Formats: sequence, C-alpha cells, structure tokens
Amino acid sequence: MAEELLKLQNIYKNFGNVKVLKDVNIKINKGEVVALIGDNGAGKSTLIKVITGVHSPNSGKVFFKEEEVQIKSVAQSRKMGIEAVYQERALCDQQELYRNIFAGREITNSFGFLDIKKQRKEAEKILRDYIGFTSKAITVDSQVMGLSGGEKQGVAFGRSLYFNSDLIVLDEPTMGLSIQETEKVLNFVKGLKNENKSAIFIDHNIIHVYGAADRFIILDRGEVVGEFNKENITREELVQRMIQLHESGKIKVEE
Amino acid sequence: MNNLLNSYFVKTHKLEISITIIAVVLFLIYFLGAPHVFTRFPIYRAFMQSMPFFGIIAISATFVVTLGEIDLSFPSIVGITSLIFGIIMTSTDGNFFIAFILATSLGMFAGLVNGLLVTKIGIPSIVATIGTLFFWRGLVNVISQGSGIAIVDVADGTWHHMIFVEKLFGKIPMQFIWFIVLTGLMQWVYRYHKFGNHIHFVGDNKASAQMMGINVDNVKIIAFVQLGFFSALAGIFTMYEMLYFWPTQGEGLMLTTLAAVFVGGTSVFGGKGTIFGTFIGVLIIGSLESGIVALGLSGFYVKFINGLMITVAVTVYALIQRRKS
Repeated sequence: MAEELLKLQNIYKNFGNVKVLKDVNIKINKGEVVALIGDNGAGKSTLIKVITGVHSPNSGKVFFKEEEVQIKSVAQSRKMGIEAVYQERALCDQQELYRNIFAGREITNSFGFLDIKKQRKEAEKILRDYIGFTSKAITVDSQVMGLSGGEKQGVAFGRSLYFNSDLIVLDEPTMGLSIQETEKVLNFVKGLKNENKSAIFIDHNIIHVYGAADRFIILDRGEVVGEFNKENITREELVQRMIQLHESGKIKVEE
Repeated sequence: MNNLLNSYFVKTHKLEISITIIAVVLFLIYFLGAPHVFTRFPIYRAFMQSMPFFGIIAISATFVVTLGEIDLSFPSIVGITSLIFGIIMTSTDGNFFIAFILATSLGMFAGLVNGLLVTKIGIPSIVATIGTLFFWRGLVNVISQGSGIAIVDVADGTWHHMIFVEKLFGKIPMQFIWFIVLTGLMQWVYRYHKFGNHIHFVGDNKASAQMMGINVDNVKIIAFVQLGFFSALAGIFTMYEMLYFWPTQGEGLMLTTLAAVFVGGTSVFGGKGTIFGTFIGVLIIGSLESGIVALGLSGFYVKFINGLMITVAVTVYALIQRRKS
C-alpha cells in the first residue's frame, strides 16, 4: 500500500465572485508523479498555488504526511518540504547562481550576515552532484541571465533536492524548451522517483506528461473530471479524452 | 593587461570601475583647469562639509531604488524631523537624547507610512511619495508658521555638536567621517546581509522573490523605514552645522540625492546597484557646482552640466544593461 504524502479534501477557492476551484479532492502518494492536465482557466495554476502556500483556500482541508495543515505562506510550505519549480519564475535573472539557490533560505550568522563562502561551496556541490553541470561557462558566480531554460530548471531541481523536499511542484516545466532540453527536464522528473520523492506537474503537452507521470488528474472549470493511472490508459486514449472534453464539455468516465 | 581586463573582479565590477574613472577624469579636469583652487585644502574641506548631508540619504536611497521603487518625500521628511529636533532641543534645554530619539522615530514613522501606502494600499511609490512630500512639508509650514528655530544656545559647544560636525584634528569635518563609516556599513548590509540580499531579489523580480519565500512587502516597508531614519539623521547633521532650523530645510536635496544614486550606476529598473557607486556619485554631483565655478564658467552652467552628466550616465548604464540581456 502506497504511503500518502499529500491529500486535498473539498477544496474551494474563489477570487471575488469567480469560483476557481470547486470541491477539489486529490491525493499524492510518496514516490509518485502526478500530472495535472486541463484547458486554460481550468484552475491548474490556482490549485498548485494552494499547495505551495501562495493562495489560501476558502474552504477545505489539506493533509500533509497524514496530518492536517494550513499552508499560509511559501516559506511555510518550503519548510514542510514542498518545493515549487516555476519555469519563468524559478530564479532571479540578475543575481548570481549561489545567491539564487539560497534565496529566502540564506546561510547566515546570528546577525543575519551571509556566509558567502559556505553558500558558494554548497552551490558548487549542487551544480556538480545534483545537476551534473560540467560546463566551464557556468559557475556559481554566473548571473542566471546567461542560462538556458533547461539549465534554469536544472538549478531549481538541484535546489529542491538539496533542501530535501518531499514534494516538488512543477509549473509548465517544459514550456518553451528545445526537444533536447525537454528531455533533460523529464529525466529530472523521472529521477525524483528513484529518490522516493513525489512531484505534481502541469503541462500542456500530453506527450510529455504521458512519458513522465504515473497518474493523470484532469481538471475542468475548477473541478476534477477524471483521474487515470498510467497502466489503465494509453497515450492515445488520454488524448482522445481531452479532445472529447474540449468538444463536449464533459468527460465520459467508464469503469 | 588583457588578463587584467578579463579578470573576475573587473567583470563583476564594470559599473564601479566606469564610475570611478569618470570621477577621476572629472577631478583631473578641475585640477588642471583650476590649480589655484584644487591644489589647496579648503575646497576639499568644503566638499567634506557639504557632501554628507545629501550623501547619507543617497546611500540609504540606493536600497529603495534597487527595489525598483522611488521615494520623493525625503526632502520633507528632513524638514519635519529637523523641525521636531529643533523644537525639542529648545524646549528641553538641549536634551540631545530625547530630541534624537523622537526625530529619528518620526523619520521612521514617515518611512513606514510610505511603505504601507506602497505595499498594502498598492499605490505606485512615485505617486504615494509625491503625496507625502507635500503632506510633511505642509505640516512643517503649519507647525512652524513659517518661522525658523535657532538651536545655537542649546547645541553650540556641546559634546553632541562636537561628534556630529566639528573638525577632527581641526581639519576633517566629523560629518564626513560619519558618512564614510555609514557608507561602509551600508555597503556591507547591501551585499552581505540577508536584508540586502532580499532587496536585490525583490527588485529583480517581485514574483520570483515571493515564490522563493521572501516576504516582499516587509522588505519594501523596511527599505522605506530606513530611508526615513537616514533622512532624519541627515536633518540632524544639517541642524548641527547650521545651528538653525528654517522651514524650507531639505527642499534642495531631492535632485542632487537621486542624481547621485543614478549617476552612481544603480539600475532604475531594480535588481542591481552599488553603494560604492552612489558614494562616487555623491563626490561627482557634490563637486560639480564648485568645480564648474572654479573652472571659470559662470554659475549658469551648473544645472546644464549637471543635467548632461545625469543623462549621459544613465544612457551608458542602460546600454550596458541592454547589451547584457
């Protein structure tokens, strides 16, 4: 029996009068990669922002490691072991890599001054051991600006591994990446499973999703309308279902 | 030489090196053009005397500018805090501690108001601080009824007067020593303290900073509060130097202060800046007026050359920035 890591129960989220999430129930087990799919405006981003503490739900319960929690801030979710990797917003462009890796979790003395030496040393380790960067062009002192999209994702992954996160949340991890870079990112995702880490990710590309995920959750207008394990659905069937959903507005779930 | 140009230090300190070269060239021009003035000490003493008043604020404002924000209200914060300092000094028969604590607290309160307007209410800082610029100056006028306050009887010859503005070894104005010490301290905070680090991240990309768990609102509020504090401090320095409060105190500071920050190389777009650059910017902006007049040009050129310096400097930095990205 798989061990449960995160469970969302009856989650509702409104922005003013707009009901963005309606009675959402999902569960993620340890070592499992779950893909969240759905059209624009389905509520995918809002859902992961609830998980990472950017938004608080209007009602509903969140359980993490089988304990009820209220995630009020990003700092809190990170402390609990939930780490977000955002394609566009993973890192700050004009700052050095080592500063990016430790942003918001700086290694400091008791007066709040940074231990630059240690940060650089640890960052070096992350680049080498977790990400496997060997290029001489990229050092811990490089500004993020010069990195490619895949490299940025790599740094963000390395960061989450270093801080020993249990759940990694990925927002559109392959958007705008070349085929080669996409491959790298998907390998990172697969690599998580070996470490018994879980991941939840959003991606528009069902082909990417299919390759990397164990389970698919389909959202439509704020509701979960379908859930499939990979062994029960082929890629073609999944694509068919999405087209069906797009055309008819509902999904036929047969047992 | 090539090796030197490609070294890590040069690569990472392009802005600081360019601004230093500009300053050296400028002082060379002064030196060659007006040797009778610039080979003698008094001009440097005058610089050391006058630069710290806006220099202290410029150093502190660098934090706010690095956030991608701006504060236009500090000239009025200087005004209101100087007024309170003057009132309390005269009414308590020169109780420095009470006057100092109340004036700087008021400065921090004014900064807090700016910070809250920007973060919690969501008013763009340029608009919010135009409002508070008028508000605090207006309050100065209402309270002072347009008249000044002399603190000469309660401040002149005291130990606090000595540590704020008297001359060290009869030569070096104390305010300049303070300015150097504060610049060093703020540089340290800017580059090596968690707060300075957060300033960079928030200014670089607010959304990313938030996702990394940095409390964006708090960082901004603290930045405005520290600027309020240093504005009050600059006001107190001015009070000791002049031994007099006048209701327009601080009004001339706005452009020189912000010019020093921008000429110093801190990015208008946020995320990147340099305290050292601001320090050099203060030396440049603070020396222009005397320098130009000493060179034999009429005073009418001062603003013109000032404007030219600022425009050229920010254009060069914007081009450097664009080439990078």
